Amino acid sequence: MQFSLTDIAKRNVLAVQEYSLLAWASIANIFSSPRYVGDTIQQADVIGVGSLPIVILTGFFLGAVLALQSANSLARFGGLSFTGQLVSLSMVREIGPVLTGLMVAGRSATGMASELGSMQVTEQIDAMRALGTDPSKKLVTPRVISTVIMLVMLTVISDLVSMAGGATVAVFMLRLDGNQYWSTAWQSLGVGDITMGLIKPFVFGFIISTIGCYYGLSARGGTQGVGRATTQAMVAASVIMVISDLFITQLLLNFFPFK
Amino acid sequence: MDPSNNNHEPVIVFEDVCIAFDEKTVLSNLTFTLLHGQTKVLFGVAGAGKTLVLKLALGLLKPDSGRIIVLGQEVSAMKEHDLFALRQRIGMVFQESALFDSLNVEDNVSFRLREEHVGADEITLRVTEALRFVELEHTLKLFPSELSGGMRRRVAIARAIISNPELLLYDSPTAGLDPVTSTTIVELLVKQRDVNLTSALLVTHRLQDAFTMATHVFDPKLNRMKLVPAETEWDSNTSFLVLKDGVKIFEGNAREIANSDSTYIREYLRQ
Repeated sequence: MQFSLTDIAKRNVLAVQEYSLLAWASIANIFSSPRYVGDTIQQADVIGVGSLPIVILTGFFLGAVLALQSANSLARFGGLSFTGQLVSLSMVREIGPVLTGLMVAGRSATGMASELGSMQVTEQIDAMRALGTDPSKKLVTPRVISTVIMLVMLTVISDLVSMAGGATVAVFMLRLDGNQYWSTAWQSLGVGDITMGLIKPFVFGFIISTIGCYYGLSARGGTQGVGRATTQAMVAASVIMVISDLFITQLLLNFFPFK
Repeated sequence: MDPSNNNHEPVIVFEDVCIAFDEKTVLSNLTFTLLHGQTKVLFGVAGAGKTLVLKLALGLLKPDSGRIIVLGQEVSAMKEHDLFALRQRIGMVFQESALFDSLNVEDNVSFRLREEHVGADEITLRVTEALRFVELEHTLKLFPSELSGGMRRRVAIARAIISNPELLLYDSPTAGLDPVTSTTIVELLVKQRDVNLTSALLVTHRLQDAFTMATHVFDPKLNRMKLVPAETEWDSNTSFLVLKDGVKIFEGNAREIANSDSTYIREYLRQ
């Protein structure tokens, strides 16, 4: 089958339109009944508690390796004591939200795309509509709300665990004083850093969940289509998240510049 | 609800409905009416647009032109949001059952009741009743993957009828089933028609199912359907509509289709 450039452009514009409508509906549904509180809590458990082990593991070791790498450079300038500050600022402002976002995208965006995709290709979504239930309310909004809330919480946990990872390296490998590490790490953080670190997962959670749901609901072509939707969801969620990170950072730097 | 009071009220009206996909016309100027208490059987070979008619009636798809009125509401002009309330008055049985595979039979059948926040006791009562109707009371805790194809269809029927809908849409409920299971399913459709008097649109490519529906009535005493031998007493409320390449080529009752002069229909009947 051959497609002209016009067809491809039309398809992409349609995809953006459909994604925008779904994203908008996922927010608008919060303000109208019925609200699926039980489904939201269940999704929060799946997304939040389920992602906890990988977030803790990756956070801890990334914090540790960051301390190790930065100590190497800081030692050249006699600034080894700033290791805690560097780890905490990097993790809270940037790496924590992005790392946690990527982990949750890998786990949850793909999970949503494959689950909703399977439902789509087996007509379960149509059956839900036929039974008088709005799939965007029953399936999408609970996933969006729970991903946003859980990603913020997971990011906070990731930040703390990564600082602990950095502390482990600082104390046991670099022979730094633990109290000094924690005090510089803690004191260097301002309201702006924490605010920036909490706004990002809020946006990332929305991107991850809406993209996962969008690709799932637009899956076509049987099991192969579900597999394709799952891969596309992971790729699109990660890429859009990282691109949006640049713009969010630029925007937030106007409000919370480096001290 | 006594259907005799509403016999002349249309439940479904299709007026010059057209729909095309990728510039290929799938339905062309389709016009028909289903009156209250009637069963209309849609025939056609694969790809004739039969399933599409059901999805259009349910508002799952919009026509390119024409009007579709279901239970007094113009679904072709309604927004998705407004359609959900109307769909709660309609039951649909999908071709592949479309049961929720992560829910067990009980939760599948009670899905609509839970959405309507019906009390737990009433849900248990109505689920048992609906599953008894399809003779599957023992499958409550089983998951769809643990059921046979025929059992899945019967659970789908139980899910569709649990809220006593005013209209039932069946999408090839016997497709891919062995003759014995097909007869069981057709018997359930006859039972639903004669016991609960529900209007229905049935899509099938199996002529024998449609003729069984037209030539049998359900006997509540025997708890099975029985043949009506006299042609004159065949169910007058069961009519036939034949689609060919998205165009209606026949509409009439069982006797008329059996005596049709159309070459295509005669060929279809022979097969």
